[in-house]
Amino acid sequence: MDFDLTEEQKMILELVDEVSEKEIEPLADEVAEKGEFPRGNIERLASLDLFGITIPKKYAGLEMDYLTWALVAERISRACATTGLIFGANLLCTFPLLNFGSEEQKSTFLPPLAKGTSLGAFALTEPEAGSDAGNVQTSAKKDADGYILNGNKIFITNGEVADIYIIIANLDRKRGARGLAAFILKKGTTGFSFGQHFRKMGLEALPNVELILKDCPVPENNLIGGEKKGFKIAMETFAAGRIGVGIGALGIAEAAFKKARDYSKERVQFGRTISSFQAVQHILADMATKIEASRQFLYKAAWLLDKGMPFEKYASMGKLYASETAMWVTTKAVQILGGYGYMKDYPVERYMREAKLFEIIEGTSEIQRGIIANLILKET
Amino acid sequence: MRIVVCIKQVPDTEELTKVKVNPVDNTIVREGIKNIINPFDENALEEALRIKEKNAASVTCISMGPPQAEDALRKALSMGVDEAILISDTCFAGSDTWATSYILSEAIKRLGDFDLIIAGKQAIDGDTAQVGPGIAEHLGIPQLTYVRKIEIKNGMIRAERALEDYFEVVEIKLPALITVTKEINEPRYPSLRNLLKAKKIKIPLWDNRFLNLAQDKIGLDGSPTRVIRTFTPGLPKKGEIIQGDIKEKADKIIEEIKKRNLLRWLQ
Ligand SMILES: Cc1cc2nc3c(=O)[nH]c(=O)nc-3n(C[C@H](O)[C@H](O)[C@H](O)COP(=O)(O)OP(=O)(O)OC[C@H]3O[C@@H](n4cnc5c(N)ncnc54)[C@H](O)[C@@H]3O)c2cc1C
Repeated sequence: MDFDLTEEQKMILELVDEVSEKEIEPLADEVAEKGEFPRGNIERLASLDLFGITIPKKYAGLEMDYLTWALVAERISRACATTGLIFGANLLCTFPLLNFGSEEQKSTFLPPLAKGTSLGAFALTEPEAGSDAGNVQTSAKKDADGYILNGNKIFITNGEVADIYIIIANLDRKRGARGLAAFILKKGTTGFSFGQHFRKMGLEALPNVELILKDCPVPENNLIGGEKKGFKIAMETFAAGRIGVGIGALGIAEAAFKKARDYSKERVQFGRTISSFQAVQHILADMATKIEASRQFLYKAAWLLDKGMPFEKYASMGKLYASETAMWVTTKAVQILGGYGYMKDYPVERYMREAKLFEIIEGTSEIQRGIIANLILKET
Repeated sequence: MRIVVCIKQVPDTEELTKVKVNPVDNTIVREGIKNIINPFDENALEEALRIKEKNAASVTCISMGPPQAEDALRKALSMGVDEAILISDTCFAGSDTWATSYILSEAIKRLGDFDLIIAGKQAIDGDTAQVGPGIAEHLGIPQLTYVRKIEIKNGMIRAERALEDYFEVVEIKLPALITVTKEINEPRYPSLRNLLKAKKIKIPLWDNRFLNLAQDKIGLDGSPTRVIRTFTPGLPKKGEIIQGDIKEKADKIIEEIKKRNLLRWLQ
C-alpha cells in the first residue's frame, strides 16, 4: 500500500490549489447569490486541461487516472461546490463513452469534452424514474436511419449548457430495465429542447433542466454499446460517478470544517476563545475524523477503479459516508458559528444547503445502503 | 525575433515573515521556505509570451541561482517559453547586483543574437532594481525601466514608463532591455499538459567551467557592495492630526498643501 502522491500529482495539485484559492473560492458566494452559470470558472478549468484528466492522449486528454481526477475535483469542490458538480457531471458523459463507446464515437466526442470546448451531461431521471432507474419511460423506436426518441428527462445537471448528452431510453418497455439503451444526443438536434429550469434549495448556479425529446432522431452510430446495454451502462456510470459525488461532498465538508475551526479560534465568549471549550473541541475532532474517513474511502474507490478491480462497494460506501458527513459537518459548522452561522454573511449556511443534495443524487442514502447490503450479503 | 527573459527565484511573499537573515554574512536564509518566481519576473515572462504569440518570436529564459532555481525555470517552461537555462556555480554565490548582472550579461552574450531582454522591475527579496539595468550597461544596450505598456514596431520599442508621479512614453531602438511592472499584464497559468511536458525537459546548466569568467569579477570577490547590516526599519512617523473647527482645519490643510508644494503637478 502506498499513500504517496507522485511528483506529477503534486505539481498538478499545487497549480489547482493556486487557481482554486485565488480565482474560484473568492467568487463562490457571488456565484450562488447571482445563480448564474459560472462560465468563467469552467473556462479556467478548460484552459488548465482539467477536463481531459482521465481521457487518453489520442483523444486530446492527459491520460491520467481517476485518483488524480478525484484529488483535483476535491479541491475544486472545496472552493465552489457548484463548479465541482459541473466538473463531475461532465465525467458522467465521458465515462460511458470511454468504457462502452465505439472507436468512432470516442474520436468524435471525446476530444471536445477533453478540451472543455464542449460540456457533457447524463440524463436518466424522469418523473416516474428516480431511484427506480429501470422504470424509464422515454422511448426509442428503431427506424430506417437510426432511432427516434420521445420523452422527458428532469433535474438534468448541465442541461442546456452541455453540448453532448447521454440519454437513457427504453427500446422495449415490456422488458423493463433490460430494454434500456444509451444514446449520444447533440444539442441542436431537431425535436430536442429544454423545458423547466428547476429552482433549488441551494447550488442556485448549477443548471438543472428538463430535457424534452419530441420525435428526436438519433443516428444509428450514436447508440452506445449496442441495444439492451443501457441499464448496465447507467449502473456502471453511476458507480464511477459516486466517487465524484462523494468527492464533491468531501470538498464541502472540508470547507465547512475549516471555517468552523478558524472561527472557533477567534470567537471569544466568557473571556476565552470558544475553541477552548471541550464541547466545541469534540465537535471539531469528530468533524476532522469523519472527513478523513470519507477521504480514505473515496481515494480507495478511485484507486480500485484505476487498478481495474471491483470498486462499486467502496464507491457506494464512500458516497454514503461522505455525503452524510458533509450534512453533519455543515450543520455543526453552523452551530459553531452560532447566530453568525445562520446569517448569509458567512458561507456555512450555504454549505449546509449545498450538502443536502449529496445525500440524494446518484442514488439516495437509502439506495446506497441497499447496494452495500446486497454486495456484502453476497460475500462469504 | 529573439527575446531573453531573466528571472529570479525568491522566497514566497506570503511566507516572507518567516524569512531570516543570516547574521554572519547578512545573506538571506533560504532553507525551509517555499520558493516562487519573483512576481515581477512572471510579468516579464508573460509579456515575452504575448510578443511571441503576436510576432513569432522565440523566448529564452535564464536564471542565476542555486540548483533549486531549476524549479522556477521549469515553471517558465510550463508557461510556454521555448528554452530555459540555469546559470549556477558555487563560485557565483555571494554575487551582488554588479557581479550578478555581469554574469547574466556574459551568459546572454553566449546565447548569441537577441532583440529584447525583459526582466521584472525588481526582485521582492532584495528590492534593489539594479540587476536589469546592470545587464543593459554590461551589454552596452539601451534600457527602459518600470515599463507598464509596450508596442514593438519596425525594430523600435515604444514603452510607457510608470514613474513616481507621472508616465513617460519613450521610444528606443532594439536590441534593448526593459524591466516591467505588475500593471503590464496578468501572468497566465500553465496548462497541465505543458506542466507535465516541462517536467520531462532537461534544463541545461551553465557553470563557470562553461562561462569561464575571471574569479575577481564574480561571487563575493567580484562584488563591490558590502552589506554592513540588514535590519527591520522602525515604524514610520505617526501622521499628524489636525485639530479645531471645520474652518480652522481647512485653513491648516491648505497651508500644509502650499508649504509642501503638493499640487505642483497641477500648475
Ligand atoms: C440537483 C439535482 C441534480 C440531478 N442531476 C441529475 C442528472 O444529471 N442526471 C440524472 O439522470 N438525474 C439527476 N438527478 C436526479 C437524482 O439522481 C434523483 O433525484 C435521485 O436518484 C432520486 O430520485 P427521485 O428524486 O425520484 O426520488 P425517489 O426515488 O422518489 O425517492 C424518494 C425517497 O424514497 C426513497 N426510496 C426510493 N426507493 C427506495 C427503496 N427501494 N428503498 C428505500 N428507499 C427508497 C428514497 O431514498 C427517497 O428518500 C438530479 C437531482 C437533483 C436534485
